[in-house]
Amino acid sequence: MNNSAYLKEKFNEIQLAGKDSSLSGIRQQAFDSYNKLGIPTVKNEEWKYTRVGGIFNKDFLMADHVPASVSVEDFETFQLPGYANANQLVFVDGVYSTGLSTILSPSLSVISLEEAAGNEFSDIVAKNFNHSARFLKDGINALNTAFVHGAVFIHARKNKVVEHPVYIYNITDSRSEAVLSQPRSLVYVAEHAELEIVETYHTLGASDSITNQVMEIVVEQDAHFFYYKIQQDTTHASQVSTTHIRQVGKSFSQAVTISLNGNLVRNNLHAILEAPFAEAHLYGLYLQRGNSHIDNHTLVDHAVPNCESNELYKGVLDDNSTGVFNGKVMVRKDAQKTNAFQSNKNILLSDTASVNTKPQLEIYADDVKCSHGCTIGSLDPEGLFYLQSRGIPHQAAMALLLQGFAMDVLSQIKPAAIRAYVEELIIQRLSTEE
Amino acid sequence: MLRIQNLQAGIEGKQILKGINLDIKPGEVHAIMGPNGSGKSTLASVLAGRQDYIVTGGSVTFEGKDLLDLSPEARAAEGVFLGFQYPVEIPGLSTTNFVKTAVNEIRKYRGQEPLDAVGFLKMMKEKMALMEMDQSMLSRSLNEGFSGGEKKRNEIFQMAMLNPRLAILDETDSGLDIDAIRVVANGVNKLRNKDNAVLAITHYQRLLDYLVPDFVHVLYNGRIVKSGTKELALELEEKGYDFIKNEMSQEVEA
Amino acid sequence: MDDKFSSIEQTVLSDYKYGFVTDIESDNAPKGLDESTVRFISAKKNEPQWMLDWRLKAFGQWLKMKEPDWANINYPPINYQDIIYYAAPKQKISVDSLDDIDPELRKTFDKLGISLNEQKRLSGVAVDAVIDSVSIATTFKTQLAEQGIIFCPISEAVQEHPELIKKYLGSVVPATDNYFAALNAAVFSDGSFCYIPKGVRCPMELSTYFRINAENTGQFERTLIVAEEGSYVSYLEGCTAPMRDENQLHAAVVELIAQDHAEIKYSTVQNWYPGDKDGRGGIYNFVTKRGICHESAKISWTQVETGSAITWKYPSVILKGDNSTGEFYSVAVTNNHQQADTGTKMQHLGKNTRSRIVSKGISAGVSQNSYRGLVHVSKRASNARNYSQCDSLLLGDKCGAHTFPYIEVKNNTAVVEHEATTSKVGEDQIFYCNQRGIDTETAVALIINGFAREVMNQLPMEFAVEAQKLLAISLEGSVG
Repeated sequence: MNNSAYLKEKFNEIQLAGKDSSLSGIRQQAFDSYNKLGIPTVKNEEWKYTRVGGIFNKDFLMADHVPASVSVEDFETFQLPGYANANQLVFVDGVYSTGLSTILSPSLSVISLEEAAGNEFSDIVAKNFNHSARFLKDGINALNTAFVHGAVFIHARKNKVVEHPVYIYNITDSRSEAVLSQPRSLVYVAEHAELEIVETYHTLGASDSITNQVMEIVVEQDAHFFYYKIQQDTTHASQVSTTHIRQVGKSFSQAVTISLNGNLVRNNLHAILEAPFAEAHLYGLYLQRGNSHIDNHTLVDHAVPNCESNELYKGVLDDNSTGVFNGKVMVRKDAQKTNAFQSNKNILLSDTASVNTKPQLEIYADDVKCSHGCTIGSLDPEGLFYLQSRGIPHQAAMALLLQGFAMDVLSQIKPAAIRAYVEELIIQRLSTEE
Repeated sequence: MLRIQNLQAGIEGKQILKGINLDIKPGEVHAIMGPNGSGKSTLASVLAGRQDYIVTGGSVTFEGKDLLDLSPEARAAEGVFLGFQYPVEIPGLSTTNFVKTAVNEIRKYRGQEPLDAVGFLKMMKEKMALMEMDQSMLSRSLNEGFSGGEKKRNEIFQMAMLNPRLAILDETDSGLDIDAIRVVANGVNKLRNKDNAVLAITHYQRLLDYLVPDFVHVLYNGRIVKSGTKELALELEEKGYDFIKNEMSQEVEA
Repeated sequence: MDDKFSSIEQTVLSDYKYGFVTDIESDNAPKGLDESTVRFISAKKNEPQWMLDWRLKAFGQWLKMKEPDWANINYPPINYQDIIYYAAPKQKISVDSLDDIDPELRKTFDKLGISLNEQKRLSGVAVDAVIDSVSIATTFKTQLAEQGIIFCPISEAVQEHPELIKKYLGSVVPATDNYFAALNAAVFSDGSFCYIPKGVRCPMELSTYFRINAENTGQFERTLIVAEEGSYVSYLEGCTAPMRDENQLHAAVVELIAQDHAEIKYSTVQNWYPGDKDGRGGIYNFVTKRGICHESAKISWTQVETGSAITWKYPSVILKGDNSTGEFYSVAVTNNHQQADTGTKMQHLGKNTRSRIVSKGISAGVSQNSYRGLVHVSKRASNARNYSQCDSLLLGDKCGAHTFPYIEVKNNTAVVEHEATTSKVGEDQIFYCNQRGIDTETAVALIINGFAREVMNQLPMEFAVEAQKLLAISLEGSVG
């Protein structure tokens, strides 16, 4: 069976199951638009440096309604440090698994999106679900929405600090065949609430996995939202991951994206600043080797006056890896007194690695302070020599310099256990020759 | 020359000057002193015509003209010079080009022919010597990368070039070491004559060791609360501004 | 300053200064474009068969191509059948005898401040004057010829130097390069050709003034500059057009070839009619400019772009030879309804290649000003260096300033740096100037010229003065 016939069959199956009927209209619309838009090619300006056709147009399976085969033991191998004190949400093949998940915090509620669409949260769902589609005009986003089921609504209660972090695990079981996972969630950080999310991606088995994730987040007045994405999947795991943050009140958000492994990784990170005095911080670190490809696509949309955004992405590319950074800062008409800063720094370690960077400013207001900068170069030979002359071997000296390079991004990771974990991953990576 | 009557002004709806009265005659040096936040810089800004400040009452006449009615550039052309506390940087614009434009715009206002290159250069050399300035400063971008002392010296150099009737020096001494203060004050002294006047705004007395005032006024809470001769400055230095504050509160109690 | 520029000063008074129309009869091709138009133009020029074949091939390619739509500009569709592709002043002139020039034509250039009379000129600038589709006069030809320098209309070069034209025409910008380049290759009517022989340092600035005069006419000129090994040339280009309610199309191609150790400096002051305050009229300027550097060669583009309703222009350098250098200095001003999408491409192919990009965009009114640039470092371009600085200045809250840099690096010995800032003219800066007696309009002009100084410094003296005035005039009335 070819790919599009399979998708059609699966789509009909989900629609007919009728269980999540409140979303079936949206699914239909999205499926139509997927069929119209298709998977983007490099002719699409937003996908100029990343080819995804080969991944999405291959044969794969999608999750069924029957509970997936991932056992508690399978899951435990993926648990992050500090898990005993964390809320843990597990998605298997893109579908939320209540059995594997644990919620500790009373100020946090996690319910199915279908349920939320029909209860007192229906208004929030109606206003915010699929908001990302307005910004992503490609079939990949539509593909997720077309198949939305087993999705969750995550709610951080008003005036509460969610005292335990939320760890989200996206597990794809590719032990028998290639699988497409499409996790979906809507996160609502209510007024004056605070929420911290740490998210990871894992593939079981030797077949290919594709994750096409969409997470939409709404941050209300005086709320704080911290988000850490750690991408350390296998070399045959690819993903397109969309994190769409709407700041609808004067609020604070911070996203840190750490990309260490994977086949092809594309991150769409949006900070949409819709209320004055909102503040968004976007940090990223990518360490790539082998044939991996990382594409960080960020958008900071200053829609109103007096907001501030700050963005720093750093990358180290080795072997045949390729890195893409596409950062757009949009300052809309009347978004006066905007402060927006963006910086992208890259180090190329091998003569076959490459990087493409596109920092963009689109500015329609005059009383703004905006700047961007980017650099591409190799490791500073002077620094390397200095360390070596003090008796530090070449490999260790390189590792030290690269750790130093990574530090200003790593220092943004607030939970100590996670920061230590990421630092350890990086030290391990840097001290072993591939 | 300058007459300020019951001047009231503020910024963003906040009243800062609450009725200032001051008379300055040709040849005089006046010093305005006062603690932080008393309204010293506001007074300078209002006199020079900074837009953000709104005058809510009173009058200011300069040489018989209503000063408040004039645009900032017309006030400059009439002979009011403000030495900025924080001189502004303009990247890419050389000091020479800036000053030349200013000199000729003011001459135009006064119906005079613009200075030719030779005349301008001669004048510039003369005034630079006065301020012990290095030639290289003039070709650099205006105030960009200048040290604090260089910026203030540049202000007085511009004053020399524009030859104002009234020079308002807004905390010209702030951030300067004693040698720099001496250079700046001596520059101002050399420019003094019977027809012009100086209004020096300062927080500290030490500038007044070099630029000796005929009158000293203490500004407190938007009003001139005490006036006297240079001895008042010494008294302030000795006793600190608290003595004024105390005196004021005693008055209120009384 | 010499005569020429004081006369420009006089003509420069308010709004668009070059908006006059010269009343000269012209000899036009019929409106519209098909194969016969191409043949008509070729026949008018008495071109040899190979040239006609080259044009027809380009025309065939153009028919298959699509107008590009990726730039950040909006304009109603261009009706390519509603354009006159060839217009020549009717009078026949011999280019060697300047005295025979139609007095009306001569007046045109006098108004522009360009003297075609060699005796009257003080500074050493050789001028090729192109009006509508035809080169009218080239000065200083004999003096230049003494050193073996060829400076003549390209149509003349096709006749006189076919071996050079065959070798180099389309070698840097092939007809298939893009839609507008293909169109130009099919219908180009004239332009300048410069050839600097080996080891010769061209003793004077070479300059071409382009003037669109006739109505409903497109201008499609083509410039080709070849600098042989170790030679040097500085070339200036100026453009103006009458004020008309309709939009006129200008699609030029410029090709530069810098052989080993050669240097070409190419400066443009582009002041095509920008349209009126409501966005009526103005030139659509779609230009392809590219140079190729061989070993240790250098190409430097400097542009001051103040005119045109639409600007679509990316002067580029292919750094093919080792140790070669490319530079791009640009000031682009947009006011009222103007739209500019301009920048450069630096293609690093050779080892130790260097490039530098300094772009200053100034937007006012309701205009949109975009920088779009590419820095590409290929796999074998070891030790490539690039530094880019893109600054935008905004005047007023209804305009836009955008930066779209593309940076592609495939070699780990490269060092590439890009910086961009956006700011507005500060109220504190204006107040400081006011306090020194300078009115707001003058203050803004000073601040803007300061902002653009790094680029202005790259211009030859004669152009710099004109360009500074242009900046001030283009922004007149944009700050209240």
